Order: sequence, then C-alpha cells, then structure tokens
Amino acid sequence: MMGLDATRVRAVVRKELLDYRRKRSIVVSMVLLPLLFLVEPVVSIFLVTPLDSGSALDNYVVLPLLYMLLMAVVMPSTLAAFTVVGEREQGTLEPLLTTPLREQEFILGKAAAVMIPSVALSYLVYGLFLGAVALFAHPAVASAVFHDGPTLLALFLFAPLVAGWSVVVGMAVSVRASEVRVAQQLGMLASFPIIGVVLLLAVGVIHPTFTVAIEFAAGLLVIDVLALRIVSRMFDRERLVTGAKATRA
Amino acid sequence: MIDGSVVGSISNERTVEIPVEPGSHALRVESTRYLLSPEVSFEAIAGQVVGFSCHPRSGSPIIFTRWLIWLLASLVKHDLWIGLQLDDASSASHGVMSASARRSMPRPEVEASRIQSGLDARSASVRAETITSVPARPGTKAQSALVVSDLTKRFGDRTAFSDVSFDVGYGEVFGFLGPNGAGKTTMVRTLGTLITPTSGSATVAGIPLSAENGVEIRQRIAIMPESPGLYLRLTVTENLEYFAGLYGLHHAETRISDALGAVNLGDRASDLCGALSKGLRQRVGLARTLLSDPAIMFLDEPTSGLDPVASLEVHNLIIGLRQQGVTIFLTTHRLDEAEKLCDRVAILNTTLRTVGRTAELREQLFKRSLVVNVLAPLSDPDQFFARVPTVEDWRSDGPGSYVLTVSDPKVAAPEVTRSLVAAGVDVLSIGEAKHSLEDVYLELIAEDVGARQP
Repeated sequence: MMGLDATRVRAVVRKELLDYRRKRSIVVSMVLLPLLFLVEPVVSIFLVTPLDSGSALDNYVVLPLLYMLLMAVVMPSTLAAFTVVGEREQGTLEPLLTTPLREQEFILGKAAAVMIPSVALSYLVYGLFLGAVALFAHPAVASAVFHDGPTLLALFLFAPLVAGWSVVVGMAVSVRASEVRVAQQLGMLASFPIIGVVLLLAVGVIHPTFTVAIEFAAGLLVIDVLALRIVSRMFDRERLVTGAKATRA
Repeated sequence: MIDGSVVGSISNERTVEIPVEPGSHALRVESTRYLLSPEVSFEAIAGQVVGFSCHPRSGSPIIFTRWLIWLLASLVKHDLWIGLQLDDASSASHGVMSASARRSMPRPEVEASRIQSGLDARSASVRAETITSVPARPGTKAQSALVVSDLTKRFGDRTAFSDVSFDVGYGEVFGFLGPNGAGKTTMVRTLGTLITPTSGSATVAGIPLSAENGVEIRQRIAIMPESPGLYLRLTVTENLEYFAGLYGLHHAETRISDALGAVNLGDRASDLCGALSKGLRQRVGLARTLLSDPAIMFLDEPTSGLDPVASLEVHNLIIGLRQQGVTIFLTTHRLDEAEKLCDRVAILNTTLRTVGRTAELREQLFKRSLVVNVLAPLSDPDQFFARVPTVEDWRSDGPGSYVLTVSDPKVAAPEVTRSLVAAGVDVLSIGEAKHSLEDVYLELIAEDVGARQP
C-alpha cells in the first residue's frame, strides 16, 4: 500500500457517494434494509418477559443484538460486488485506468465509499434500537440489554470489521466476475462465515465475553487488511480492459 | 520579488508571459523557499518561453509524513518563488511561471511548461492556448515524444500487433490507421500502460514503458477511448471534477471551465451526462483529456458520432493543440480527417505497413501521372502516346480520358499538350493525378488481402 495519494482516494470516495445518492435503487435499499433489520430485534426485545430467569433473559437479549450485526454484512455486499465489474459493464473503467490512479487507491477508495454509508447506517440502527429499548422496554429487559457489555461492544466494534470483510469479498468477486449479477450473487457468500459465527453464539458453542470479542475483532482486522491487499493484487488492468490475462514474453 | 528575473508565484497560479528572443537560452531555476526543490537548467526553444512549477515532495511512503510536509509547506504559505535568469547576459531576463503547480515531475521535482507565443490567433488555437502548457524536458528538441521499438503484443495464439517500430516527435499529430482488428486500440492501450507488451520496448513522454513507470507515464498523457465512458448520473462538471481529482488538480475549476470552453460545452456544464447526445458525450470525453494538461494525447476516433460542424470544431481544436506543441496520437478510420490533420501517418495491419508523410507515401506507392481529358477519344492512343518521349505508359480512364505515367509532370504536361494540339485533338483538361491517402491506404490493405488469398 505504499505511495498512496490521498487526493485520488478522496476523489474516488466522493464520486462514489455522489453516484450512490443519484441511484434510486441504492437509496431505497439503504432506507428499507435497515428498517427490516430494526423491526425484528425490537419486536423480539418487547416480547421478552422480565419474569424469565437471568440467564434466559441474557440469551433473549443477545440474539437480537447479534442479528443486527448481519446488517453490516448484507448491506455492503451488493454495492461492493458492483464496484469493478459494474464500472466495466458501463464502460467507465477504461477511462479511469488511463489516469494516474493506482490499483490500491482505486480499491481503497471504492471500499471506503461502500463502508461509510453501510457502517453509518448500522450505527444509526443500533442507536435507534437502544433508544427504543431505553424508552419503551421493561426496565428489567433494558437493564439486561445495557449491561450486556460484550455484545454491545461486539456490535459497535464488529460493525466496521464485518462490513470490511463483506466489502473485500464483494470486491474480490467483482474483480473476477464477468457480470454484475453474478458478482452480486457470489458476493452474498461473504455473509456466510458471519452467519456461522452468529449461529455458534446463538447455540452457545461460543460464549460472548470481552476477551472473545477482542480476539474476534483483532482476527477480523488482520483478515480485512490482508484481504484488501490480496484484492489489490488481483486487480489486473489488462484482464479488466481486454478480458485476457496479462502475459509477458 | 528578488530581482527583475522573478516573474510570479506558483500557488497563485498566475501566468506571466514575457516574450523571449528567438534562439536557445539556458535558464536557471532557483527555489528560495523549499529546500527540496533543486536547481535545474532547461533549454528554451526558439520563440517559446519555458515555465516551471515546483512543489514540496516527501519520498516517505508513510502518508502521515507526506501530509505533515504538505501541511508545513502550506503554513509557510509563500508558495514558491522562482527566479528565471537567462545565462545569455545580452538578453533581457525573462520567464514565465507555469499555470499549474499540481503535477509532480519525477526527476527533478521541477516541471517545465512550454507556452508558445506569437500563435496564429485563430479561434481554435486561442481556445487551446488557454488549456495547455505542455511539459518540456531538458533537451526535448532532440527527443521524441514516443519511441516504439519492435513492440509486439499477443493474446495467447492471437497476435494483436507484431514488431512495430516508429517514433513521434513532440508537437506532431501522428495518424494511426488500419482496418478493424488491426491492433490500433491495443497499441494505444499498450502505450497508455493499460496492457503489457509481449516483447519490444517503448518510451512514452521520455519515460521507458514499464508497469513500474505506469503512474508516471499516465500523469503525462491523456487517452480518450472510442467510447467516452462517462458517469451518466453525474453532471458534466461532476464528471470532470472526478477526473481532475484523479489527476491531483487542486484548483480545478478554471481548468474545467477552460476545457469545457474548448469543446464548446460551457453552457452544458450542469447537465447530466445521461441527458446528452452521443456527440456531446464525445465532446465531454475530449474535454476530460484536456484537463490534465498532457504532453501526449491519444485520441481514439475522436470524431466518431459527431456531426460535421462538431467534427470541424474538434479538428480545429486538434490543430490548435498542435500549435501549442501537444503531441497527438490519432487513431481514425476517417482518412480525410487523417490527411487533413496529421503530419505523418502509420498504417497498421498487425504489422506496420508503412509510416511517413502522406505525400511521401503517395510517391512511394504511386508513379506520378497526368490525367488527360479530350473531347473525342483518340483513334489509336497506343501509337499516339508512344510518340511522346516523356510518357512512360498509359491507360484509359473512360471515353476520352487517359492516365499517363510520367517521371516529371511539369515537363511532360506541356509536351503532351503540344502533341495533342498538333494532332488537332480538342483538349478539355490536363493535370497531375492526385492520389489521396485513401488510395494509399487501399493500396496497402489490398496488398494484405491479396497476400492472404490462396
């Protein structure tokens, strides 16, 4: 990632965000998807009876919170899958590649542009959820939610990390895919490992503790950075422009 | 100001143009602010003024360090003052500052810009003048903008082009012609560092063609692909702002405005690109190539889809850019366009079939000839033309029309006329046959087609 030019990365981010705003399907999905992810946890929390035992209550609280984490995975995957192959399909990739823009700058700018709205919306939904719990949930349930430190930490810590994971997987697919539709379908695979982890937490194979949260976060961070580097290396100008792999004598 | 030789400041982006006496002068550039700016000498070309821009640059790979240096530099604020001093003491001390401080030149970290003075003030030239300041380098007069040596590109078993060699001088409009699939676009992509050559070598704007030099090369060139590839949900200005950002232009408003003005799109700046016609999109694409102040422009079918008036405007723009010293590599199928605009042309059909000035190509391919039109066909043209010593051969070109092969039309025409008149023939016209570039092209491509047939 040496020699990155911040001006060029900013230019990519700014243009992407502007383009998202102008695309109605993206705006609609950005509004609807968080609402869908908000409804289920709110309903679940409000159905919990404070008469349940402490451990049962904890389980009831953990699951909706973890469910919301999936939003940070699902939201960016579609956008990330569009990043490279989408540009290629609409014929804008070649002019872009004729500029001094480096592969890493392109990947980083695109990744940041996908992550920024995804993570911001995830945090917004978390805030709305916690606000609703604080205001309207039974005090015992609210207390259980706000005292579930590891899960709350995981929620805020993991949102950008799992979004990052989703973005790099989506972009890796996008760099190689021949069509946007294929890329978007394959990009959804990014959510599988995260769903797996949530399931393991739900069935009690993994117990959410501060240590587990920090360890997972550190692990995800390393994976995200490595994956970003791998995606940058996968970015083959020649293949993207001509459809043929670069060859040397 | 330090003394009379100081002419402006870069960060203010002021351009001060002072005429320089024709001839070569050694110029000394001195930085008084930044220690990182080296002293460099450049050659001023006859009738031209050399300009420079510098900016602080850190070689640190850590972004934070580079930001810090930029921040410190901006706190110093006083920009870079440069003294330009002609070594020739008899000449007045003159100079000009570059309009752009944004581009980082690699070795040394000083940019020279060539601004031609005394241009023919045609409208296209004037428009082009506002948007270009072509980078000059030490000894540019002797260098070529493009040098291609035995370049080959294969995609598996398919050869796009093979063993192609040519060179293009600075300020030249070079036409690159060939049938569909001849390898023209692949050549442009190769020289633009989008794809890697299989073998051979090239130098683009003085930089050896390699993947490592890709960013450096792309900073000095601009490529307009056949399809402009615009973001249709963004406005014209937003599209150009994006690319200005990718070229690292910090004060892009003026350049965007100038580029749009150059292609007569100033009044469409706020329109969404999706709402523009194909021709207008093509013009936006052309404006985009002008943004970065390139030394070499690769234009792939720039008038494709344009109406005759818009095509003419693009032609005038190209002529204006040439007068500014911009090197233009033009691929086109329109042979009339190539003939009108190009100093030299190359015809590619996987291998390079020919390269040269159109007049030279005509002479190479076609013998010189006279076209004679008479009122009534000659009764025995064979016998008649055999009596005229300057006529080497002849063929009929329709009733009463003859094409005569001659070595020197100026000598042959009066002699043929005298002979015809003496024989009582009514001569309607006589003149040298003009072969167009199309004739040259078709002759060469027909040879290829013929060679491929069993």
